[in-house]
Amino acid sequence: MSELNDLYQEVILEHNKNPRNFREIETATRTADGNNPLCGDALRVYVEMDGETVKDVAFKGSGCAISKASASMMTQTVKGKTRAEAETIFDEFHKMVTGELDAETDENSLGKLKIFAGVLEFPARVKCASLSWHTLHAALNEEAEVSTE
Amino acid sequence: MTAVKKMSSFDVNKVRADFPVLAQTVNGKPLVYLDNAASSQVSNLVIERGAKYLAEEHSNIHRGVHYLSQHATSAYEAAREKVKRFINAPSAKECIFVRGTTEGVNLVAYSYGRKFIGEGDEIILSQMEHHANIIPWQVLAEEKGAKIRVIPMNERGELIIDEYENLLNERTKIVAVSHVSNSLGTINPVKEMIATAHKFGVPVFVDGAQAVPHFPVDVQDLDADFYTFSGHKMFAPTGSGVLFGKKEFLNKMPPYQTGGGMIRTVSFEKTTYAPIPEKFEAGTPAIAAGIGLGAAVDYLNSIDFEAAAKYEHELVEYATERLSAIEGVKIIGTAREKASVLSFTIENVHPHDIGTILDQQGIAVRAGHHCAQPVMQFFDVPATARASFAFYNTHEEVDKLADAVQKVIEVFA
Ligand SMILES: Cc1ncc(COP(=O)(O)O)c(C=O)c1O
Repeated sequence: MSELNDLYQEVILEHNKNPRNFREIETATRTADGNNPLCGDALRVYVEMDGETVKDVAFKGSGCAISKASASMMTQTVKGKTRAEAETIFDEFHKMVTGELDAETDENSLGKLKIFAGVLEFPARVKCASLSWHTLHAALNEEAEVSTE
Repeated sequence: MTAVKKMSSFDVNKVRADFPVLAQTVNGKPLVYLDNAASSQVSNLVIERGAKYLAEEHSNIHRGVHYLSQHATSAYEAAREKVKRFINAPSAKECIFVRGTTEGVNLVAYSYGRKFIGEGDEIILSQMEHHANIIPWQVLAEEKGAKIRVIPMNERGELIIDEYENLLNERTKIVAVSHVSNSLGTINPVKEMIATAHKFGVPVFVDGAQAVPHFPVDVQDLDADFYTFSGHKMFAPTGSGVLFGKKEFLNKMPPYQTGGGMIRTVSFEKTTYAPIPEKFEAGTPAIAAGIGLGAAVDYLNSIDFEAAAKYEHELVEYATERLSAIEGVKIIGTAREKASVLSFTIENVHPHDIGTILDQQGIAVRAGHHCAQPVMQFFDVPATARASFAFYNTHEEVDKLADAVQKVIEVFA
């Protein structure tokens, strides 16, 4: 199954099994819903802001391994960051999975999120990887819903 | 486990050689094409007939006195004759060429529905319909103040016929039901359902998209009032399809689309319409696709379609047996009468991940809700993986599918 290693890496499989911050936040200051109508992936992102800082972030919902792992790692990454920092990472992530940014050679702050670069080879799955990020972006900008089609 | 010996005399390897697509490799592996319920493949006969039209006959039909137009017209009308014989329609005039099943449903919902269905009337659908056989009726019902009633199904994915009989009443104006479910594979007892509806004087519309490619269909034997299907699911090009309707209905229905080709006389004061089928065929149709559909019928006649259907049925049973034996796999749709479709889920693995991993093995299946969200809701799953078979698939391919499913389980273990 070597061809698949780029996509279904251990880390992704592990986050899929044990997603981090997979819960609701009762004191959330912002939430947004993300839907991928083509595959039925649906998740809700909860954000609790403290001024300009993401004090807590979590998600609930159902989806494939790629979307779940991406959401899980997204919450780990942006927790404690400022809104502006989170938006920068969103932008870089989006560019990486659409091929506009080479995570190996271009300067970026993606860190371990680089493992999602593999979805580039799987055009049908790019939306799975980016759904949680679009939903976070919507929450941060106080939009209620996003849909990737 | 290895492939069991073929039971019927059908020669699958000979047939496979007629379908050039099947000889490809995908991701370095031989293509295993198991997405036939979405679109099936076309044979050389169909490809060559389409190419001949484009190379030698391409021109507009019905209007020309010139050589090419006459050739194109006669080829197109010959295709209609072939379709008529294929489904045993009483007359080729009752075979309207449409873009596909979706257009067939929309035509009847729009034309028949708007004329004959009014406030308080009822339309009976089933719980396993494709969205194409739900939404046109829903739009009609909303516009007219009519009501949609739904025939429920049981845990196996079979319609509950007693409930159906209870739904029929004097307000029922039409029953619209699929012959075979695209998400579950269930073959519905449409002949009996039609007979029951007729006792109430209610016409029946059958969505035959998943039936016609898999076994011989006789619209007179069924006594269907309307029967529609798509060319691209029955080994013909996209853009071709058929709506059969009994002429007593078609004749009293207003046109669906209007424009060129469907008129008798036009003035700015009044237009009179052409007789069927032209009344429902406004504008220039998909001529190459229609001729290709005729060639697909020729192809099916050339291979002994009944033997092919029998072989395919055995193959689906074999696939069901192989996948059911894998721990963690659940078959969605276990009706006693099934055709072509094997929908399944794997415990703790999302169907999209199944689809991607199988694709890496060269195996094409579909993952999603299959345009049948009410079915997904009933079985309480967001989606399923669906392998759907045609007579050119093999037992070896089923073995590859089963092995790949086993690998999916290992990856996610
Ligand atoms: C049962 C059924 N009805 C309707 C359709 C719609 O067919 P088409 O997209 O060819 O119009 C399909 C195919 O997806 C189907 O399987």
